Amino acid sequence: MGKIFAVTIIVIAIASAIPVVMHTWEAPADVSTHGHLIDEQMSETMLEAGVSFLAAQIILAIFIWQFSNRGAEAKIKTFPGGAMGLVIAALVLVGAEVLALGVFGVKAWADVYLTAPSANAMPVQVQAGQFAFYFRYPGPDGKFGALHPELINEATQNLFGLDPEHDPDSRDDIVTAEMAVPVNKEIHLLMHAKDVGHSFFVRELRVQQDFVPGLDVSLHFTATKVGRYEIVCTQLCGLGHYNMKAYLDVLSEQDFNDWLKKEAAMQ
Amino acid sequence: MQTKLGYAAVLAVLAASAMAFAGPSGGGVSGKVTYEGTPAKQKPIDMSKEPSCAQQHPTPITTETVVVGPANTLQNVVVYVSAGAPDEASTPAQAVTITQKGCQYLPHVVPMVVNQELKVVNADQTSHNIHPLAKVNREWNKSQPPGTPPFSEKFDKPEFIAVKCNVHPWMHGTFAVLKTSHYAVTGETGGFTLPNLPPGKYTVTAWHESYGEQTQDVTIAGSETKTLNFVFKAKLY
Amino acid sequence: MPDISAPAAQHQAPTSFIRKHVFSLDHKVIGKQYYALALLAALSGMVLSWLMRIHLGWTNARIPGLQWLSKNGAPGDVMTPEFYLQLMTMHGTIMVFFVLTTAPFAAFGNYFLPIQVGAEDMPFPRFNMMSFWVTFMAFLVLMLSFFLGDGPTLGGWTQYAPLNAVGAVAGPGQGLGVVLWATSIGLFCIGQLLGSLNFISTTLDLRVKGMSLMRLPLSAWAWFITSCMGLTAFAVLMPACILVILDHLAGTSFFVASGLVLNDQLVPHSGGSTLLWQHLFWFFGHPEVYIAIVPGIGIVSHVLMANMRKPMLSQRVIIYCMGALAVLSYMVYGHHMFVSGMNPISALAFSFPTLVITIPATITVLIWVFSLYGSRLRINSASLFALGFISMFVSGGVSGFFLAQPSIDIMLHATYFVVGHFHMVMGVAAMFGIFAGTYFWFPKMTGRMMNETLGKVHFWLSFVGTYCIFMPFHYLGMAGNVRRYSSFPEDYLQPLIPVHRLITIAALLTGAAQLIFVYNLVHSRFRGQSAPDNPWEATSLEWSTATPPPFDNFGGKHPVVYHDPYQYGVESSVGDYVMQASPEQVKSGQEEK
Repeated sequence: MGKIFAVTIIVIAIASAIPVVMHTWEAPADVSTHGHLIDEQMSETMLEAGVSFLAAQIILAIFIWQFSNRGAEAKIKTFPGGAMGLVIAALVLVGAEVLALGVFGVKAWADVYLTAPSANAMPVQVQAGQFAFYFRYPGPDGKFGALHPELINEATQNLFGLDPEHDPDSRDDIVTAEMAVPVNKEIHLLMHAKDVGHSFFVRELRVQQDFVPGLDVSLHFTATKVGRYEIVCTQLCGLGHYNMKAYLDVLSEQDFNDWLKKEAAMQ
Repeated sequence: MQTKLGYAAVLAVLAASAMAFAGPSGGGVSGKVTYEGTPAKQKPIDMSKEPSCAQQHPTPITTETVVVGPANTLQNVVVYVSAGAPDEASTPAQAVTITQKGCQYLPHVVPMVVNQELKVVNADQTSHNIHPLAKVNREWNKSQPPGTPPFSEKFDKPEFIAVKCNVHPWMHGTFAVLKTSHYAVTGETGGFTLPNLPPGKYTVTAWHESYGEQTQDVTIAGSETKTLNFVFKAKLY
Repeated sequence: MPDISAPAAQHQAPTSFIRKHVFSLDHKVIGKQYYALALLAALSGMVLSWLMRIHLGWTNARIPGLQWLSKNGAPGDVMTPEFYLQLMTMHGTIMVFFVLTTAPFAAFGNYFLPIQVGAEDMPFPRFNMMSFWVTFMAFLVLMLSFFLGDGPTLGGWTQYAPLNAVGAVAGPGQGLGVVLWATSIGLFCIGQLLGSLNFISTTLDLRVKGMSLMRLPLSAWAWFITSCMGLTAFAVLMPACILVILDHLAGTSFFVASGLVLNDQLVPHSGGSTLLWQHLFWFFGHPEVYIAIVPGIGIVSHVLMANMRKPMLSQRVIIYCMGALAVLSYMVYGHHMFVSGMNPISALAFSFPTLVITIPATITVLIWVFSLYGSRLRINSASLFALGFISMFVSGGVSGFFLAQPSIDIMLHATYFVVGHFHMVMGVAAMFGIFAGTYFWFPKMTGRMMNETLGKVHFWLSFVGTYCIFMPFHYLGMAGNVRRYSSFPEDYLQPLIPVHRLITIAALLTGAAQLIFVYNLVHSRFRGQSAPDNPWEATSLEWSTATPPPFDNFGGKHPVVYHDPYQYGVESSVGDYVMQASPEQVKSGQEEK
């Protein structure tokens, strides 16, 4: 049975690797300016993890094959180098690998999180609340009106709690249920939560960020390809979590301006 | 002495039978509800997050907090007899229904009598979670996966209850739980009729979800239909 | 070395049924009680997972009888989204606490640690008894939430704030359900603290003559290290649970910021911090997963050596690695919070120790694998599960490479990749450790052998089955399949639903295979072949006592220890091994490495 077990391990290991090598299920193509660093990091890690995985499983299988049920007379042997050799091998190989991954991974992270948005990034606000995302554009005056949570009224679709009666800045704000951005324009996404924790995830844009009730969080990104993408919530927020999404439309500049005008007319 | 009692008894019987006769074909109240001023704009609802509903509205529906008709008429006003109604403490046997269709509550305002059966129907392909935000009655919410049968509930105290869907933030409606079945909800014409009211003194209330309540007293004699109009002040914001 | 003529007056042999089997001070009975609790919890948790998986594959399907499990959770036998989340929360909570912390640590540790150090019992038997009954009460309180109010909390076993603190307005189960959850877990923490107290003092103070720390079996070291982690980790979770209960019942706002709106109304809390909960929880939560796996590392090492007929290349290194895992486990917890909104520089600070923790894990695996070289490996149920553990630990561990890096975590956080990772290391590897321990120690605990054929069938179905279930989770995650979704209406998830259906079928079949184990357990207990005192020809102290061990473990005698615990592959008068308590001297320099 030891030999059958050994073969099983190898079969499972190779079968596990096949969908990865064949790219059967993987992230969709990157449409962001920063995502290629993440994708490179992912490929490198996949290579190292894949090699480690296959090597470990295969060596395990080989030793099980060779040394199982050998009989009571078989001689006990010790692998040359003993424990010390393995410790050194682990420290050197794994140590080098983790250093490399860690060090090279810093830039991919820093590009997203440790750089400030550029001065002419377009601000868009997003509010996450059970169970929908709503977006706000500042309108022609370029200013967002103040938020008054106590004025939030879903029935009248005053979703951000604006006070147009008393606050002139809010009168031209454009509130939408879909997010649209012009292609190749940096966006400064201003995020806040209405009620509990949520998260903003767009696979193609290579962004994921939690909304933190009580905190104003922000993200910046630039989309490079026109298309319609899904924004999904990834932080468990209640019974409707599975159904909390919005569409992100990346549009040409002309189409975006048209869209914004259309939305403004519906306020 | 006995003769006087006898006369009194005959009079009482005659009066009662007169009232009984007057019952089914008694008087009533009718009128119109209008507004003055400029109401807030109703906003179109973008249902893109729920494609199976969005598809049902090629032209998006709008919010329904103020629904108006031609000539300044106000829709979705619940007009009812708030005092003096002859049928308080009796519950109709048939059920009222609210349907969730196209991610909308149909009808927008559901009047019902205390303890009357309310049937909730999900006619959509998505799960809804209807949540009546009751403050006097027991507050509850209930999920209804698509394809599951309607369920029934009832409310045991009079209250105007805002209703929302926990899953779809734009879905809103009202349950008007009343002590009487002498009610009407205004439609596009803004008109209402409250028939079958025996002679007597009544208080009639008109309730609107954004503009509040107004009350008028009316006395009905014989089988006349009194006219009662309500005018609400619209608010821009 | 203190000589232990421990006063037997601490606890006399019990006579009444209640004292013998219910409120027992005997660590062996307590160990078996923990095992029974873990078994009950595992079966409950498994049934919950079946219901979850069926719903994920066939969302609007009617599951006959489901409406009897919940007042509003399954109208017309169709699972509602909130009921799915409630089942999911209970599944995670039951499995992590009442199975993975209970079986490898509390059950086997309680039974065998005192014996492996040579003691009669633990130093605080009353605390020990309390620890079990408090844990059992915690389980009952948790299960009670199914039957009260609008059901269990739906916030996941991680119970993030402010969903956990704002009350019923946030969803079904978020009022009373959360309070019951927090009460249950608070009680669980108390039980574990009482247990850890006993484990640590047993290991440090009750070792018999000759049993130096380095002569402790690796399972004993694992339990000792785990209990040190338990003491510090549970000590942080318990106050966190108290704070959440206060937010519900005392009007405090530890975890709720101001200006939050639910149902168009301002939530009456202010001043609290959402992230505070996550820091408190994960400071506990990360060591907790090592608490779940380290006993398995010890048990698997222990079982493997007996079945390889040779010691590991170095026991000492494995001990140091277990210690390193324990220490590092406190420094990595922020890797659960990379995109949580905490300072992004902290993300890098947590990422490095997370990558570094790979090193002791790798060393351990390398030592296991390369110790197999030149061994006389015996294949039986126990050794199969021990070897399966290694394979699973590797599989689950390599996905950690990805999750340790914040930039990659942007794409994998909250996806099925994470769910696949932790199920492989906890749901499978740790379970395999429990199985290996069970097949290995069952003869000593009951005096009967388990059925080997059934054991092997159980192994094969479980090994292949769990790979079929959890390996695809990683692919789903890489495609962006978000976790904790009760169903998959999103456009991009439609092509993945067939994968979910295949997984569900694998899960149901693999789950059914576990019933073979339960049958084997029960049947062998009463009808199993009679077991000798040392059926595996093993060396540690538990094998040098009677089967099952008497009340005071060694029948009034105190063993003296002459050897390290893994004198295998040597020539001796009894075979190819020398027992720890045997005075026989051995020539071949296999002594302490």
